[in-house]
Amino acid sequence: MNPTASATVTPALDAELIRADFPALHQEVNGHPLVYLDNAATTQKPLAVIDAVRSFYENDCSNVHRGVHRLSQRATVAFEQARTTVKNHLGAADSREIVFTRSTTEGINLVASSFVRPRLEPGDEVLISAMEHHSNIVPWQLVCEERGARLVVVPIDDDGDIILSEYERLLSERTRIVGVVHVSNALGTVNPVREMIATAHAKGVPVLIDGAQAVPHLAVDVCDLDCDFYVFSAHKVYGPTGIGALYAKRDRLLEMAPYQGGGDMILSVTFAGTTYAEPPHRFEAGTPNIEGAIGLAAALDYVDGIGLDLIAAHESRLLTDATAAVLAVPGIRLVGTAQRKASVLSFVMDGVHPHDIGTILDSEGIAVRAGHHCAQPVMARYGVSATVRASFALYNTAEEIDALVAGLQKVREVFG
Amino acid sequence: MSDMRELYQEVILDHNKRPRNCYVMDCATRTADGHNPLCGDVVKVYLRIEDGVIEEISFQGEGCAICTASTSIMTESVKGKRVEEAKELFEGFHEMLTGVAAEQGVEFGKLKVFEGVREYPVRVKCATLAWHTLNAAMDNGDKPVTTQ
Repeated sequence: MNPTASATVTPALDAELIRADFPALHQEVNGHPLVYLDNAATTQKPLAVIDAVRSFYENDCSNVHRGVHRLSQRATVAFEQARTTVKNHLGAADSREIVFTRSTTEGINLVASSFVRPRLEPGDEVLISAMEHHSNIVPWQLVCEERGARLVVVPIDDDGDIILSEYERLLSERTRIVGVVHVSNALGTVNPVREMIATAHAKGVPVLIDGAQAVPHLAVDVCDLDCDFYVFSAHKVYGPTGIGALYAKRDRLLEMAPYQGGGDMILSVTFAGTTYAEPPHRFEAGTPNIEGAIGLAAALDYVDGIGLDLIAAHESRLLTDATAAVLAVPGIRLVGTAQRKASVLSFVMDGVHPHDIGTILDSEGIAVRAGHHCAQPVMARYGVSATVRASFALYNTAEEIDALVAGLQKVREVFG
Repeated sequence: MSDMRELYQEVILDHNKRPRNCYVMDCATRTADGHNPLCGDVVKVYLRIEDGVIEEISFQGEGCAICTASTSIMTESVKGKRVEEAKELFEGFHEMLTGVAAEQGVEFGKLKVFEGVREYPVRVKCATLAWHTLNAAMDNGDKPVTTQ
């Protein structure tokens, strides 16, 4: 846990120590200790986050950006401080490049609506990959349909890697934006987004990165990536639900139309017309999720206090071990075998539907996701209707992998 | 484990492995499609109804063990029954799974094996998808039904 630890010793994350920070992990489910392996859906919350949200309600509860009274001032300071925390975590240059949203999904919709829609002419193209979550497909479909534009999809190979030669070929003079996932929620693939962004920029095409599954597992530096837009959700990185953030380059934000209208996003309003606030507030109409932003900042502080390098090393070890252990169970086939993966182990078992596996694992106290993971085109690509997905977080342990494997053996016992 | 044996009874596992009446019926008089968008289960039910009697019933589809077995056993349960009888059975079955204890007068036969599903609320839709689809086929909307 000490980032200045001697270089000769490989520091390891003490998962047991970390588990003490997460109250929800200490419970029994169906008579077994909870084994929570559904972290790609959402993560459990550390006390630091729970306490931050509680403390806001107990001490500072007030609205932001208005009111001269003390509580409102404290709330505003905490809310804007949270923006700075997000900025620092993402390596952005300026807090004004951080827009609070409800979620990754809302961030993508915001960019689709305020940035892409006004620039989209009939025949233009939006380029995404074949491994996108529905949230990085449907918002583009909506604007494409409205503007007579085309959604173009870069194929992926059997391992779950984007076919980069196809990507380069499909980046055309009609491409108005590239939307690509940093880490696939269904396959675990870590995409070479830095290179993909450079390729797009060489052709003058802006890029949005869906970082929902990356922010919990990798150190993200938006300046190094040079992406135009980066979106993520708090709840997948140990923060509250209902809050996320959009990073956008300042000059992009300045040229974007408002997303929603309302209070908090204006300078002045008359019935003749309205002057909009400067970004980021221009894109934050209405009373924001104040406690959510504060909880998000607490989550990022928590993660940074441990260090993403340590977290990534721990999770990578878990993923490697779990992959080998699960493959030893008869009849298992992995879906997603890219060279570079993070957190996600997606698989199917011969003759047993993922939902039945999910139910049997649940009876052993093991929480996994069974389904299409909001990525039906990915399922179609691999010829399955659903998979079982175990996804790892910083608090998971080797013993939990053992439990998963024992659970899968039970599945085999039941189904033969 | 014993709980799991109660849910996944031998009859269910058998019908999952070897579903009965699982074929495309060319001479169907009614068909309907069912879909559970939550988990992706899909089923198509084919009926040949003559003089108000289900003379022949078959299905095609893809789903979990509960869904597949329920569909298979349903086809066996309603074959030869009058449409009204099949509807009564559907209602009784639905009540058995949703916990409304009003099963008087309904002969469940093999359908009893699904009683355990009641303990797994998220799986009730797996067991009832086929029945909703059958119901739609009997009412002959060719509109797809979903469990949502």
